[in-house]
Amino acid sequence: MQKRAKFGIGIGVIIISLGFLAWMGYGESKTYYHTIAELQTLQGASLSHRMRVGGTVEPGSIHRLSGRVDFVLQGEGKSLPVSYVGSEPLPDTFVDKSQALVEGRPAADGRFVAEHVQAKCASKYEAAPGGTTAPSAGREARTSTM
Amino acid sequence: MDVFGSFALLLAFVCAAYAFVGGIAAIRTRHPLLVKSTRQAGLATCGLIFLATFSLEYLFFSDNFSVAYVVAHSNRSLSPFYKVAALWSGQEGSLLFWSFLLAVYVFSALLAYRNKNGELMPYVGVVLAGVQIFFLTLNNFVASPFKALGVAGANGAMDLVARGDGNGLNPLLQYPEMVIHPPNLYSGYTGFTIPFAFALGALLARYPGEKWIHLTRKWTMIAWGFQTAGILLGAHWAYAVLGWGGYWAWDPVENASLLPWLTGTAFLHSVMMQEKRGMMKVWNVWLVFCTFLLCILGTFLTRSGVVSSVHAFASSNIGNWFVGFIAIILLVCLTAYFKNRDYLKSENQLDSIVSRESSFLFNNLILLVSCIAVLSGTLFPVFSEWFTGDRISVGTPFFNKVNIPIGLLLLFLTGVGPLLAWRKTSLDSLKRNFGWPLLMGLIAGVIAFPLGVREFYSLICFILCVFVAATITMEFYRGAKVIRARSGASFLASAVDLTMRNTRRYGGYIVHMGMVLIFIGIAGTAFNRDVQKEMQIGSSMQIGPYSLLLQNFDTKQEKNYTAERMIIEVTRNNKPVMMLYPERRIFPANQASGTMVAIYSTLKQDLYVVYAGQSPDTQTPVIHVYLNPLVKCIWFGGVVVVLGTLVALLPNRRAVLVLSAVQEPTRVKSLAGTLTPSPTLREGHD
Repeated sequence: MQKRAKFGIGIGVIIISLGFLAWMGYGESKTYYHTIAELQTLQGASLSHRMRVGGTVEPGSIHRLSGRVDFVLQGEGKSLPVSYVGSEPLPDTFVDKSQALVEGRPAADGRFVAEHVQAKCASKYEAAPGGTTAPSAGREARTSTM
Repeated sequence: MDVFGSFALLLAFVCAAYAFVGGIAAIRTRHPLLVKSTRQAGLATCGLIFLATFSLEYLFFSDNFSVAYVVAHSNRSLSPFYKVAALWSGQEGSLLFWSFLLAVYVFSALLAYRNKNGELMPYVGVVLAGVQIFFLTLNNFVASPFKALGVAGANGAMDLVARGDGNGLNPLLQYPEMVIHPPNLYSGYTGFTIPFAFALGALLARYPGEKWIHLTRKWTMIAWGFQTAGILLGAHWAYAVLGWGGYWAWDPVENASLLPWLTGTAFLHSVMMQEKRGMMKVWNVWLVFCTFLLCILGTFLTRSGVVSSVHAFASSNIGNWFVGFIAIILLVCLTAYFKNRDYLKSENQLDSIVSRESSFLFNNLILLVSCIAVLSGTLFPVFSEWFTGDRISVGTPFFNKVNIPIGLLLLFLTGVGPLLAWRKTSLDSLKRNFGWPLLMGLIAGVIAFPLGVREFYSLICFILCVFVAATITMEFYRGAKVIRARSGASFLASAVDLTMRNTRRYGGYIVHMGMVLIFIGIAGTAFNRDVQKEMQIGSSMQIGPYSLLLQNFDTKQEKNYTAERMIIEVTRNNKPVMMLYPERRIFPANQASGTMVAIYSTLKQDLYVVYAGQSPDTQTPVIHVYLNPLVKCIWFGGVVVVLGTLVALLPNRRAVLVLSAVQEPTRVKSLAGTLTPSPTLREGHD
């Protein structure tokens, strides 16, 4: 019985400490997904969360300014102005009408300040009209680092 | 050829259905002719899948742009090398490729055991046919790769059309690794079907003893070896192609490949408990069930879009099929378990906390905790949405916080576990086995600290790596010394002889050594540096010991793409080291572009140069340079792991052992006592 207790304590210590680390990691990195429409209804504390918003890049909206890139994301009939302030160059796949996922926080003036942008031109790899959609087996180009 | 291919697939489906239904009937009636005919049906299923796969390749090579899948993933100027890879570059083709690799395994298994294990094989055949039916259903009725290209005509009906040229292959996939990485990974995913089928078959048949474990050990190792190689090749592809300076980002797709690897690794270790001590039978069965389920889950996650990092991309209904399949497997496994669980009773109990058994137990425990952590982190957005309505994702800090300590604990057990005795280890043997390695590890730590290794986890990792490497080296040294004393051969020859006498044990050590190298490489991540600069011709930048001078840039016209190429001279202490040519490739067929990273790799560090694009303000090229220490260790470690796996697959060289038995009976008895307690354990006979 004593042996069992020893194993129990060993296993318990490992699981509790790893659980604690997991909880810390969760607190540090949790990110909320929101759609553009949802973002406009958020209030109070939930506006300060780190979040991800996905949408389609409005054609002609990409403006490269010094230190940041401004563009407009569209989705569900709404649009969201975004300022990308990250240091990484934007991925090759980030062009007009590409699908993009921005990560960051909304600013007070209604713009979304993004630190990371991922993009994928889903439309480029589709079969011709009438064919089936074939999403590429590859991953999105990324600007985030490990 | 497209009609031929789709017909072959349909026929394969019929054969698999017969193998399944007929197999169940054969188990019921035990009619020998029925048993034989269902086995033939299983073999025919595989043959027909081979034919279908070859006909799809034929369509690629003959530039048949009337088939939708070919149009979407190929074009005339695509090189033949990538036309092979185009097969698995999209949903439909990669599912066919899954069936193809599974068919290779099933075919080999059915053929290898056609006259053996008569009691078990019908059950195995039924399980295998069941899995094949699922994938053939997808291939035939949900995502057929042979669909003809059509457009909606004026009267609303679909008209068949042929295009002059295809859309081309996704440029991200036009790299050599992308030709070998998916086959490796898929061979891992599909390979775990064989141990799964044997485990489930044995449980359903109440097949006595540990036979299914002996039968499947090699299959499991082959699958595991492919999975390991596949994961590392994928990491290398991400490193060399995506151009963000790293190789692992805890992306859902990467996690999906890691999950079955974790449980598969746990399984490879815990089967030893069952073989030698008759313990953990329930655990082993469930580990192999979970590994297979995770393989299916991984396949599902990568193609359903459920947890795609850009969740809006999800545009496929194939996920429901996978969810259904997973539910069915789970149900079958649970039913089989609850019906026959009395046959899985353990024969022994744990004796001591310092024993081989307990080291395996802890190894399994933390591998499983890691698996659960990675799985829950990956699926967190899905579950949080179910429970709270908010879709919340967790990122790298979560995964790293849990998995770094787990990795270090595992590394520690890698060194300690194999040297602990079964049942109970004495203090004396602990001192004898671990005194020197521990001292060497600590010395390495004392040397590394002033050299700048100050990051806590990295320092611990380096100490443990030296410790583990020392224990492994000592094992080889001790064994080789005994052989050398008897044979008089050189140390190296004795070590080789030693390895060949017990390939499983020493192959395992080689795999462990490879893992040590991988850990060294990962520990180097803590010291990565990077600089980004806008550069004009003639300007230079400095990182670590290297200077980079942008000499010029040019444009290169290739068959399938145009490359913008930077010409950069690398110098060190004013001495030229080499020229690097980071590129951006523009593919006219689909107007996409891709980066081509230039890497100058030494054992100590990688100089990783990316042409990141043109600055929006000045149109000057932006160069991003990373200095990543010790990355080469990871790739080298991967090669060692695969080599070790191959060694462990070799049959033992047995003649020598018999010869020494005549000369030294006492010694061999002790050897036999520790290494081969049961006749079935001997390798190379199954």
